[in-house]
Amino acid sequence: MTADPTILLDYSHASQWGAALADGRDDTTPRPETPRPASGRARAILLAWLLPLAALAATEIAGRLGWVTSNLLPTPSDVARALFELGGHTVANHVAASTARVVAGYAIGASLAVAIGSLVGLSATARALLDPSFQALRAIPSLAWVPLLLLWLGIGEAPKLAMIAIGAFFPIYMGVVAGIRGVDRKLVEVARLMRLDSFALVRRVLLPAALPSVMTGLRNGLSLAWMFMVAGELIAASSGLGYLLTDGRETSRADLVLAAIVLLALLGKLSDTAMARLERRLLRWRDTVDAS
Amino acid sequence: MRVVERSFGDLHRGERPGDAALDVQVRAKRFDARLVLDDVRVRVAPGEIVCLVGASGCGKSTLLRIAAGLDREFEGAVRVDGRAHDAPTREVGVVFQEPRLFPWCSVADNIAFEAGGAPRNDPRVAGLLEDVGLSGYGAALPRQLSGGQAQRVALARALAGEPRVLLLDEPFSAVDAFTRMKLQDLLIGLVRRKGIATLMVTHDIDEAAWLADRVLVLDADPGRLREQIAVPVARPRVRDDPGLAAARARIFHGLQAAHAL
Repeated sequence: MTADPTILLDYSHASQWGAALADGRDDTTPRPETPRPASGRARAILLAWLLPLAALAATEIAGRLGWVTSNLLPTPSDVARALFELGGHTVANHVAASTARVVAGYAIGASLAVAIGSLVGLSATARALLDPSFQALRAIPSLAWVPLLLLWLGIGEAPKLAMIAIGAFFPIYMGVVAGIRGVDRKLVEVARLMRLDSFALVRRVLLPAALPSVMTGLRNGLSLAWMFMVAGELIAASSGLGYLLTDGRETSRADLVLAAIVLLALLGKLSDTAMARLERRLLRWRDTVDAS
Repeated sequence: MRVVERSFGDLHRGERPGDAALDVQVRAKRFDARLVLDDVRVRVAPGEIVCLVGASGCGKSTLLRIAAGLDREFEGAVRVDGRAHDAPTREVGVVFQEPRLFPWCSVADNIAFEAGGAPRNDPRVAGLLEDVGLSGYGAALPRQLSGGQAQRVALARALAGEPRVLLLDEPFSAVDAFTRMKLQDLLIGLVRRKGIATLMVTHDIDEAAWLADRVLVLDADPGRLREQIAVPVARPRVRDDPGLAAARARIFHGLQAAHAL
């Protein structure tokens, strides 16, 4: 986001509403917020873990009993041992290298996407000028850029960051454009009645109204950023989880490959959860099923 | 003044043109080639409530949008307190059919939106909330409000600029009958106490008779003022006043004559 969200969305009084609504003296009863009962949540968590835990247990048993060869499908304990043998320091270095690339590449891609997307969403001229080209570029499978990026930028950090940025760019760009284009005309009319200037209209009406779509784009962009990080590191890298994957394949160590996959899954899930929390926080005002 | 008033003829009888807070004069309003409004002039005095009725598509809402400064493609002029406006002005508050609150702003920030949001415990906002019977709701988000409450907030927002004129486009059509009556009474109390000239579009004959000092019946295709019906019932009114029944009948016949029914 180009603007500080706290400027756009002021929730500072939000905690007080409950008391006010409690005395409910108006025409119809206000809708109370019903938190999901604890038992329901526990059940959901249990159900969510059932399948992965069962799969892990089955793999462990199959491996121990010799039903599958352990160099093709190592048991979960083999994978854990491989991680342990790598050592906390090495693992941390790989994770840090990959994460740093994702953060940097995503930041570049997201900033460009928000800036260009806003421009295309707000200006008919910019839309006519830029959008067809971006739609055409979007149709290119992003991995097709890899050879070109390697030719242009060599095999250092630059091509990896560029790839991650390209991967993150399009979903965010689409989200920003769709969000701004989809703002309710009726709200814009209210803003006109209030005589908001163009800048205030963008800052106080269009961006907040577009935020749900922008956040969806940011989340999709982040998962693509992880994907492109792996693609970049698979091709040429001496550190990072993609490198760990390549290393495991070249040394025929499936446990190392799986260890890297587990780490990637954890990182991806962690960053997506953080993003989902941010989204819920920023979009608390939404009147949707999952808002309460 | 009497003499001047009579010179406006039957359609404008009862108007007090000298001190009209709102004066909308539309010589012609076209959508492409179609003439939507043809020589319509509406004047509303401070504290007066005028209701606009007519068939769907007769240009009622268009007239209101012109008065609000949202539609500038017309021949004529809009004057507020004698000053011509061709854009939205602080002196005119508008309430739409839908509340149109900004869902990401608290009730207080919606009411004070024009001023850039409300500081905590803003006394102006608190006063407006009290006016519309929603004291203590400042921190609520729009999604937590019922339809009637949301429309109360919309009314408070329209009044936040201390307007001279209030324009309402079927504001109570989406709420249930009991809520509608409460909101009507709230509106009457507020605009009469604050002396706001009120022009309201409605489809509801009961509502027009109950609220209005004058009811204007608009012809369709093109929209022309067909008839003016005064509702000479003293306030505070009671809903079963025979004068209101008579006014309802006259509005009904007016709408029939305008082929709205």
